[in-house]
Amino acid sequence: MGKKVIMLGNEAIARGAYEAGVKVSSAYPGTPSTEISEYLVQYKDDVYEEWAPNEKVAAEVAVGASIAGVRAMACMKHVGLNVASDPLYSVSYMGVNGGLVLVVADDPGLYSSQNEQDTRMVARAAQIPVIEPSDSAEAKDFFKTAFELSEKFDRPFIFRTTTRLAHSQGLVELQEREEPEDKPYEKNIQKNVMMPGNAKIRHIEIEKRNLELAEAANTLPINRVEMNDTKIGVITSGIPYQYVKEAMPEASVLKLGMVNPLPRKLIEDFASKVDTLYIVEELDPVIEEQVKSWGIKAIGKEILTVQGEYSANMLRKAILKQDLDIKKPAEAPGRPPILCPGCPHRSVFYVLNRLKMHAAGDIGCYTLGAVAPLSVIDTTMCMGSSISTLHGMEKAKGKDYIKNWVAVIGDSTFLHTGVNSLMNMVYNHATGTVIILDNSTTAMTGHQDHAATGKTLQGDPAYAISIPGICRAMGVKNVHEINAFDLPLLEKTIREETAKDEVSVIITKTPCVLLDKRKKPLYAAHADKCKKCGMCMKPGCPAMTKNADGTIHIDDTMCTGCGLCKDLCKFDAIELVKEGE
Amino acid sequence: MAVKNIMIVGVGGQGTLLTSRILGGLTIAGGYDVKLSEVHGMAQRGGSVVTFVRYGDKVAEPIVEEGQADVIIAFERLEALRYAHFLKKDGVLIVNDWRIDPMPVVIGNAEYPEHILENLEKEYKVYRVDATEESRKLGNPKVFNLIVLGVAAQHMDFTKEQWYEVIEKTVPPKTIEINKKAFDVGYGMK
Ligand SMILES: Cc1ncc(C[n+]2csc(CCOP(=O)(O)OP(=O)(O)O)c2C)c(N)n1
Ligand code: SF4
Ligand code: SF4
Repeated sequence: MGKKVIMLGNEAIARGAYEAGVKVSSAYPGTPSTEISEYLVQYKDDVYEEWAPNEKVAAEVAVGASIAGVRAMACMKHVGLNVASDPLYSVSYMGVNGGLVLVVADDPGLYSSQNEQDTRMVARAAQIPVIEPSDSAEAKDFFKTAFELSEKFDRPFIFRTTTRLAHSQGLVELQEREEPEDKPYEKNIQKNVMMPGNAKIRHIEIEKRNLELAEAANTLPINRVEMNDTKIGVITSGIPYQYVKEAMPEASVLKLGMVNPLPRKLIEDFASKVDTLYIVEELDPVIEEQVKSWGIKAIGKEILTVQGEYSANMLRKAILKQDLDIKKPAEAPGRPPILCPGCPHRSVFYVLNRLKMHAAGDIGCYTLGAVAPLSVIDTTMCMGSSISTLHGMEKAKGKDYIKNWVAVIGDSTFLHTGVNSLMNMVYNHATGTVIILDNSTTAMTGHQDHAATGKTLQGDPAYAISIPGICRAMGVKNVHEINAFDLPLLEKTIREETAKDEVSVIITKTPCVLLDKRKKPLYAAHADKCKKCGMCMKPGCPAMTKNADGTIHIDDTMCTGCGLCKDLCKFDAIELVKEGE
Repeated sequence: MAVKNIMIVGVGGQGTLLTSRILGGLTIAGGYDVKLSEVHGMAQRGGSVVTFVRYGDKVAEPIVEEGQADVIIAFERLEALRYAHFLKKDGVLIVNDWRIDPMPVVIGNAEYPEHILENLEKEYKVYRVDATEESRKLGNPKVFNLIVLGVAAQHMDFTKEQWYEVIEKTVPPKTIEINKKAFDVGYGMK
């Protein structure tokens, strides 16, 4: 027996990658998949890995490594798979040489995402097999299974997780790393060059492989029947399996480790042995619709939701019809996420708010500029969309209509997919202003490096791509770099650039306050000088509160000494009380 | 042993993740099956965050549900109020007597409820800890969470030595001593 340790689901996947003998991994961060790559760093002597600028690049890097003959992977969140879907649909036809697995993390309950899409639907559309673990132990072991099956059936695999799986810890038994021999590369244009003549033949081939895999699924050990009392039978997979075991330990369960393709015979056999069959799956009725299409009677989304996460209590109520005596939550004001005290984005949004600007927004910490009191951002859809959305508005209503609009986008997001949109503006005679909020990191997902930070995933030095350089090279004439806390210059520049009939880029360059670990300065408010005007509170720094008498209090455990409040106070009531390092 | 359910609730950035690492290390040192569920991502930016810890002979789901928690460790009063209904009938609530205003309160769209602890005490077994103040006395207000953990340790199934060992393994090396001191302060409170 190997040593047992406690691991986060994502850590277990990284361990599984190491044990499976993976040689190449490429990823773009995205909650809840990010930590896989961060944990994988500890195996850097055996596994090459990198941050790619976006998921399409990451997936293609993994495909290249697989073609070359080694086990390879890419990691992303569900919406990242949309960005990578172009290679996805075609690599499905190509198959693999070295095993190829894309880890894709769904987010039922929307903890950190812009939608609740179900990756299994995408996988079915692209005819990609899907494996789904239900705890950390399976996350590691099934990951190795995914590589074995990928090579055996010549199919790329998706390894699907959810936020709950990715961010739960459980016990894992460690094993040694396998060292599968590198496969030789053999030139094979029928398999690897997807032009119509070849793709036609591959399409037939992969249909055949998928049928073989579906047949094999009936006897795969990761599809497991737990026969018990036969009054209730449940087909389930992933984390919902745990809720089923918690709520109804006496029920019979068919637990699917592979959720695409489904093991039809196994399901038909199981269904025939139980009185009432339930299908318990979070999000879309992917298993349910297929099972019902085979004429099998089952209950699923009639009583269970397609939204959010499940729980044992939810199943107790819906399936067992138990009347649970549960207290109502107390009335309590909500606590939505907010920009940190000292966040450089706050200063920029404060200025935009004062200038009564609208912003086409994007995805990152700065999306929080949409909420009160900043309330600057009008739109947020997907990464990179801010710039193109602003462009669309200009083309709809003319250049004067967007004089009080800007696009705001983070540095990581700009490199991800914003670059193309800026190219489009320059090319198609746009006049809009783009603000790149360059805080030198991918902050929202936990501070990952990217192509412009000068550091690799491993923390080694790398060439730092110049964001102003990219903008100038594309032909933007008005490129300004400004400190995010320089309020007068920021205001002046935004006024001037939005007034121009040319594309402008303003780069606010101030690092995320959490990046710099040195001791920060500290400010305090003096009640005797305070005129209770409330000016300093306008940007909504969470370190500040109003006392009962209307004067201001600064929480000394939270203030990071950015000085924004001090700059706004006209009466010198806010003073530096401790210097930073 | 029947499964024991612990929750840690607080405000993103208050160190709930470090605390959950400590509890995870502890339960495995105790030889139990264990599952933990934590929050990463957006809510860590000052939002309401909750960590679930479950340990015992065999644990299935990684979350604690309403009415099931044996112990809730709250790093802030409003968060104690928000999650108190997760407690079992005889469960205990350990609260850092500290207030952080959420944005709706800061901008005047909502009121921070008054007398939270007094009201909770009517329904639950509540231990108030002045952890933020106590940690200031130790010279580092960031270690308040170890003081709260010290109080919670009195209601859990591990020896002081097991706690020490896990703290040593989990916190940054430079902060081991101050974190152990903070734990002692909590462990010594009645
Ligand atoms: C296609 C896609 N990939 C990944 C994510 C996850 N994600 C959300 S915001 C973000 C990047 C934020 O970095 P940046 O633009 O630099 O802004 P910051 O958070 O640093 O302010 C990422 C990777 C996503 N939402 N969509
Ligand atoms: S993590 Fe950095 S970028 Fe994100 S809100 Fe905090 S200071 Fe701002
Ligand atoms: S200096 Fe003022 S605005 Fe900046 S973090 Fe401190 S209290 Fe907040």
